[in-house]
Formats: sequence, C-alpha cells, structure tokens
Amino acid sequence: MISDFIWANSPILLVAIPLIGAFICPLIGKVSTDVRRAWVMGIVTLTTAIAAIVVYRVYTEGIVTYVFGAAASGMTVPMDSGGIPIRIIFTIDPMGALMEIITAVVGFSVIFYSLSADARRSGLEQYYTLFLLLIASVMGMVSTGDLFNFFVFIEISSMACAGLIAYRIERGRAVEAAIKYFIISTVAAIFLLFAIAILYGEYNALNIAMIASRMQFTPLDKVALVLIVVALLAKCGAVPMHFWTPDSYGLAPSAVTAMLVVASQASLYGLFRFVFTMYNLTFTAGMMGWTLIIIGVLSMVIGVTMAIPQKDVKRLMAFHAVSQTGYMLLGVGVGLAVLGNASLMDQFGRMAMEGGIFHIINHAMYKGLLFLTAGAIIYRVGTRDLNKLGGLGHQMKWTMVFFIIGALAIAGVPPLNGFASKLMIYESVYLFNPLLSIIAMVVSILTLASFVKVFHSIFMGPQRPEFSEVKEAPRPMLIAMGILAFVVILFGLIPVQVVSTLISPAAHALIDRAGYIAAVLGGV
Amino acid sequence: MRMSKIVRTATDILYPFIIIFGFYIILHGHLTPGGGFQGGAVVATGTALVLVAYSWKELPGLVSKNLLWFQESGGLLLFIGAGLAAMIIGFPFFYNWLAGSGSIFGTPVAFGPNPGDLNTGGFLPIMNIAVGVEVWGGLVMVLLYLLSALEREERA
Repeated sequence: MISDFIWANSPILLVAIPLIGAFICPLIGKVSTDVRRAWVMGIVTLTTAIAAIVVYRVYTEGIVTYVFGAAASGMTVPMDSGGIPIRIIFTIDPMGALMEIITAVVGFSVIFYSLSADARRSGLEQYYTLFLLLIASVMGMVSTGDLFNFFVFIEISSMACAGLIAYRIERGRAVEAAIKYFIISTVAAIFLLFAIAILYGEYNALNIAMIASRMQFTPLDKVALVLIVVALLAKCGAVPMHFWTPDSYGLAPSAVTAMLVVASQASLYGLFRFVFTMYNLTFTAGMMGWTLIIIGVLSMVIGVTMAIPQKDVKRLMAFHAVSQTGYMLLGVGVGLAVLGNASLMDQFGRMAMEGGIFHIINHAMYKGLLFLTAGAIIYRVGTRDLNKLGGLGHQMKWTMVFFIIGALAIAGVPPLNGFASKLMIYESVYLFNPLLSIIAMVVSILTLASFVKVFHSIFMGPQRPEFSEVKEAPRPMLIAMGILAFVVILFGLIPVQVVSTLISPAAHALIDRAGYIAAVLGGV
Repeated sequence: MRMSKIVRTATDILYPFIIIFGFYIILHGHLTPGGGFQGGAVVATGTALVLVAYSWKELPGLVSKNLLWFQESGGLLLFIGAGLAAMIIGFPFFYNWLAGSGSIFGTPVAFGPNPGDLNTGGFLPIMNIAVGVEVWGGLVMVLLYLLSALEREERA
C-alpha cells in the first residue's frame, strides 16, 4: 500500500520532500542542533531514495508523466480543455533522469560533508533551509515539462544560491559575489520570462510538448529562442557571461560550490531541452549548433587561460568549471549542427552528443570532488592562497589522494571518467572539424599543467612549520569525498556500460522529439 | 526617535483598518482581485506603519520574532500540506479535494452571474490563507532585519 503510494507519486515526492524538509528545518532547529542534523540527513537520504525510484521507473517504463491537480495522475489532457494540457505536468525522460542522478549523488554527499564542515557556524537553520530548497529547485528544473514551472524553479534556485553564496560574509566580498550572481540570474530570468510570454502568446500553451507540437518557426519564435539561449547560457556560466562564476564559486562555502555546479548544469539541461525538444530540426539547427560550438570553444579556451594565473585555489577551480562547460557545449553543439543529416548523425553526431552529456555527469562528480578537497584544505589550514600553502601531503594524505583523483579526471587521464567522455568528444568532433578537436586537446593539456601546479604548491615540498599542527580532514568530509571519488573511478573503469545504460538513452531522448510529445499529448 | 503625537494617533486609528483590509484581500482571494501574497503584503504594511510612527526601540514589545518565525514556516507547511493531503486520500498532488465537497469552502459554485460566495473554492482559500500568513511573517521579518542595521549603527 505505502510502496504503491510512493511508486505512483514518486515524481512529485522528489520535489515535495526536500521542500517540506526545508520548511520544517528552522522549527526543528529550535529543539536541538543534533535533531536538526539528523533531520537534514534524513531528508536528503529520502530524496536520494526517491530519485533512485524515479530513475528506475524512467529506465524501465519510458517517459514518466505526472499531472498536478488532476483527478488522476495520468490524465495529461483534460477532456474539456480542447486538447490543451492546461495543468503543470512533470515529464521525466532519460535525460531528466540522468540529471536527477547527478543531483541526488552530489546533493547527498555535499550535505554529508557540510554537516561536518559547517557545524561550528551560526545561522545554520537558514543555511540548511536554503540548501534543501536548492536541491528541491534543481530536482524541479530537471523534472518539469512546463515552461512557466521551469521559470519558477530557476527563480527558486537563484534565490537559494544567492543566499548560500553570501552565507560566509568574508568582509563583504561574498555578499558582493552574491549580488553579482543575483543580478545576472535576475536579468537572465527576465529574458526567459519574456521568451515564455512570446511563446504563450503565440501558442496558448505553456507545456513544452504542446508548444513543440504546434511550433510554427515564425520570426517571433526566433526571438524567443535567442532570449532562451542567452538566458540559460548566462545561468550556466558560458563565456561571455562567465564573470559571476569565479566570484561566487570562489567565495561560497565549498559544499555550496559543489551544488552550484549542479545548479549550473541544470540550466544547461534546460538549454538542451528547449533547443532539442521545442525547436529541434528547424531553420536554425545548423546555425544554433555552430553558436553553441563557438561559445563552447571560447569557454574552453578563455576559462583555462584565465585559470592558469590564479592564486586562489577555489577561484582557479571555478575558471576550470567554465572551461569544462565548454566541452559539454562543444559535444552537444556538434550533435545539434548535424541533426538534420542522418548519415553524419550516425557517423559522429550521436557520439558527440553522448560525449557532451557524459561529460555533464563526469564534470559534476570530479569538480564536486575537487571543490570538496579545496574546502577540506581551507577548513584545516584557513588559507586559500596557493603561495602560502605547501607541504600538506605530509598530514592530509587522504585529501591528497582524492585531489589527485579529481585532478587527473579533469585533465582527462585514463582510467578516470574525464578521459572516457573527453575521448568520445575528441573522436567525434575530429570527424566534424579537426581544428575544434585539436583545440579541445590543447585545452585539456593546459588543464593538466594547471593542476600539476596546484598539486605541487599545495601538497608537495617539505613540511612547513606554520602547518605542523594541521590534521587530516574529519571523517565525514573524507567519506563524502570518497563517494564522489568512487563514482569518478567507477565511471572511468566501465565507461562502455555506463554509456550504453545511462548516456545513450539520454542522448536519444533529446533527439526523439516525437516521443516526448507523444508521452504528454498521447500518440499524436 | 518617535514621530509626533498626530502621526502616532493616526497610526493607532488606521492600524486595525489596514489589518482588516489585508485579511479581507487574503480571504476573498478566490473571488476578487488579490489573494494571499497581496493581502499578506497589505497586513505587513500595517506593521511597517507602526514601525515608522513609533521608535524601533519599542519594537520588541510590539512584534515577537519567534511568532514571525513560526508564521513563515507554518504558512509554507500549510500550503504544501494541503497539496499532500490530496495525495493521502488517493489523488495526485494539489488535487482540489475540497471543491464541491459540501464541507468547509465546499459549496458548489452557482451557475451564471452571482455576487460570489465566500464558502466556495475548495482548498484555494486555504492556500491563500497559507500564503498570506507566510508573506505577512516574511515581510515583517525583512523589515526587522533592515532595522537591525540601524541598531548596529547606533552601537558603533
């Protein structure tokens, strides 16, 4: 009975449980801090379990839909609405399910990490409320099949992120970073809202599947497309709009930074969802594909060249995050550019998309891991300046091991997961345009060089007298890093199985526009 | 720093009317323009008026921070609880299980033009009340946090 209930309502529980957890959190914190810790951990564990159920359902049953407020959860189109799905519908396909896996794994480990790392700070009831709200909003963004609902969730995530970035005031610098982030995301959200208004005015619908099935490709749709793409590229930190990332990734608490990476990638998911499912094969496929490719290449090159001279370890990693986003845009952009050509698609387009999508999950894992190791170092040593750090390999052995795993994965060294996805991108993009592939490889080498420098200046060298009291990071933080490191190694060892079970269905779901429409509107 | 006696007396007279007007907007959200957010904001302006007319030093006696805290969380919990209750009785999330049920807010809506019956709308009024309580608590809390900067300035 209860299992049937959870099974049937799993898509909404995925959002409802962290929301309830967030709202009760300030009240339960009044009882005692231990109760609050248990509560937060319980909520995030439950969310992860529900995410596993949803993902299992999606991979066995196909696209899962859930209608809010209808008499039955499968009633996507009400009888008396004239064929328009008027209600909010959660539409979860394998691409959304993949993002849910990322959110659940990273969310679980960062909460576990944060319970230990931030235990001594004040204002924790607001902190965990915002953290759970952020998890709920990211889950909502990747599950929803409704344009306006997507906007609402992206706004919730902006609010929660801004609050979390400013959590450690850092003499006002973190507050400045949060304001910068908030202005960028508000402007982006207004663009998005304007695009939604255009589409709603044209097609009288807010449902993504409905708009996709009615899409006329008028000049107004072009305007809406441009607004959507600009807004979501700004939210995911691609190059012309990347300047908020180093500030906010650098100054937020490390657990938050790992979750911010996931929130940025949820915006990337939104971009792919709208471009592929709503617009798909249009007059713009080639042009849009090239736009994404050019922005991707710019992000890769500018991100990595800006990362090399950084002195602040987290700022450096933030610029690498910009650079890695470029790989995803490059891979999926190549797929989009050849979407109309079936033979090129079979030759390399599909593989490029799979590489780009595989890189999303890989990046979330190893970048999360790297930010958590940086957080552990800052937690124990108290400085983030690479010139002042040194010789920590003597005391923080496990942190060093996890840092090596993360650094080698981001540089694309076999047998770690970054190698698997980057190889797919290099191979397929080479067939499309050799120059792009060469740029991608050069960027990867620069990434390796940059991380060798970071590794050397943090961990190598003789033990420094001022750090002689430094101890290894607390065990919960090490366990959280261990979870992510385990995924990084696992995906690197069995990439073929991961691609065939998780990634290929996700790439196929993006291409298969008719399937998405049919899941909501029913066999059109 | 208190305002003059004229302002304070006018505030005393106006305050109940502002509060009642706010509650009216919250409760009639399903019949007239407005709703939970707007009504909650109107109620909060009543508190803002008191804050302006009287000194912020007298504030702790006028509003309780703990109560506001409970209002914020409680309003949101009532909102999501109303949605979850639908799931517990076997419908999808946010199904309007009170509409037309004959119990509270459950009178079926009369057909054609009519002056409007408060006792309709199913759980929409409940959600309006939830949002109203939450916005009221939240906005007053925002005012208090803004004023806490004044306090810090005075101490410095």
